[in-house]
Amino acid sequence: MYEKDGEKYFVVDSHSHFWDASKENWVEGKEQYAKGWIDCFYGYHQLGPPETHWDWEKYLKVTPEDFERDMFIEGHVDYAIFQSTYLKEWYKDGFNTADQNAALLERWGDKLIVNGRFDPREGDAGLRQLEADVAKYKHKGVKLYTAEWNGDSRGYKLTDPEAYRFLQAAQDLGVKNVHVHKGPTIWPLDKDAFDVADVDHAATDFQGLNFIVEHVGLPRIEDFCFMAVQEPNVYAGLSVVVGGLMHARPKFFAKVMGELLFWVGEDKMLFGGDYNIWTPKWQVEGLVDWQMPDDDQFADYPRLTTASKKKILGLNAAKLYDIPVPAELQLPTEAGESMQPGEELVEGTAGAQA
Amino acid sequence: MITAPEGVSPEIWAALDTVLDPELDEPITGLDFVESCTVSHGPDGDVVSVGLRLPTFFCAPNFSFLMVADAYDAVSAVPGVARAEVTLADHHASEEINGGVAAHAGFVGTFTGEATAELDELRRTFLTKASVAGQDRLARPLVDAGAGPDELASATLGELPESDELTRLRRRRAAIGLPYDDDAPLLVHPDGSRVTSEQVPLHLRRARLQRVGIETNGEYCKSLLALRYAPGAATAP
Repeated sequence: MYEKDGEKYFVVDSHSHFWDASKENWVEGKEQYAKGWIDCFYGYHQLGPPETHWDWEKYLKVTPEDFERDMFIEGHVDYAIFQSTYLKEWYKDGFNTADQNAALLERWGDKLIVNGRFDPREGDAGLRQLEADVAKYKHKGVKLYTAEWNGDSRGYKLTDPEAYRFLQAAQDLGVKNVHVHKGPTIWPLDKDAFDVADVDHAATDFQGLNFIVEHVGLPRIEDFCFMAVQEPNVYAGLSVVVGGLMHARPKFFAKVMGELLFWVGEDKMLFGGDYNIWTPKWQVEGLVDWQMPDDDQFADYPRLTTASKKKILGLNAAKLYDIPVPAELQLPTEAGESMQPGEELVEGTAGAQA
Repeated sequence: MITAPEGVSPEIWAALDTVLDPELDEPITGLDFVESCTVSHGPDGDVVSVGLRLPTFFCAPNFSFLMVADAYDAVSAVPGVARAEVTLADHHASEEINGGVAAHAGFVGTFTGEATAELDELRRTFLTKASVAGQDRLARPLVDAGAGPDELASATLGELPESDELTRLRRRRAAIGLPYDDDAPLLVHPDGSRVTSEQVPLHLRRARLQRVGIETNGEYCKSLLALRYAPGAATAP
């Protein structure tokens, strides 16, 4: 919980990691990929305020004590949702597996939700693993990394028939939330790897699932927004948006927030601090202090009120994940309800009066 | 256009300046993707070696390939150049891309089994996005000056003052077969059809969103490149 100027904010970090990118975990012969991957992350890390930067060596792997301090003691986070990213092609024990995450569950089980994963390319065995994982960890969400390499394959699409089998199984097993990360090198290489069209189809066909598009589809935010405005069960995951832009590129942060508030709406935006790309403290505090700049070029963007900040920082995600929120911190939100916020936009009857 | 670095001939630099990052819709010169450019004089003409670099190890291989191939074509076409060598450094697919471009293998030939088509359609998709974003850049000042939906819907390119932005939009449209002469409407849908007065407000919203998307992407890439190649960077390749 974060308190500022007499207002209390319930904070759910909907996108965090606990990774092991240490050199000991690099797969022999694949070191360049393992290093390349964490180096990319380290580049993003340095987009945060300088006083929050860590040494590269420390960045490779943090301890449970670091995690506790950065998230719960200093970071204002009430609940964290862990996303799993396996990347076993490059990291021996996986980059950030559900098992690694679950080790933290033993210590902070009352504040952590561990999301699972699946990979449709693993076929029946993968399906059985998903069933076992959900039975063991009671997953309410999964993180899908459609660009992940697997043998000869450089990725998949949610619309692949095999992916539909897994989505159906997840829905039947009681999984509610599907976090989708779009990334480079998805197969086939001649197509746009960040294309979110497959999320569009899957969201239409699986109404029982919520689809949270992480990093709001950056770098295809326009495709994401045009889709989200038409799909009631598509959400904007703000991970990387806050961490990567709020400090480093404040004007662009304002524009992206303005566009999201207009097209997607404050009930469908979920804060994600992306630990340990960044720590949540400065992001939570910065977002609470933030206001749309008073400049003509931002004049027709919606404003962010204290109520909107409360929803984005925690209440929306709390609703999607059935997280109990103390009565004094609650607010009504339409997250999780079957609404169509963008009907008027789809009809083309709203928008800036030119 | 930024001026050629010392020791690089203006003609070679001008050729590289025509090469766009398709996603960012900006030349690779201004993006600082050209790490080196050297010329050696041979008996048959100049041999030009260009080294390219990108913001991350995992930048998408399709766009990376296009930039290397386009740079190769642009430099090879400069009068007096006998041979061009363009190489991409510090990238997960450097080896395939550099070899493929040098061997004129095309994208499918370079990534056998991983790609089923050449990149023309991909390039077209991003030129279309760029031409939507360009409409915001040109229409925004008119909106600020008080133009209403009727005036905007009927505005033509010929009515606009000449500017780099206008030239840029004409080029993008020409490349994908959309009208770009003086009679062409300023506001068109991605398929080239005219935007009606009623559609103007939402169309402008979409155009601005497209521009914000491309430009934000560009800001990320520039920041990450600068950090990756900063002196003493821990992530130095």
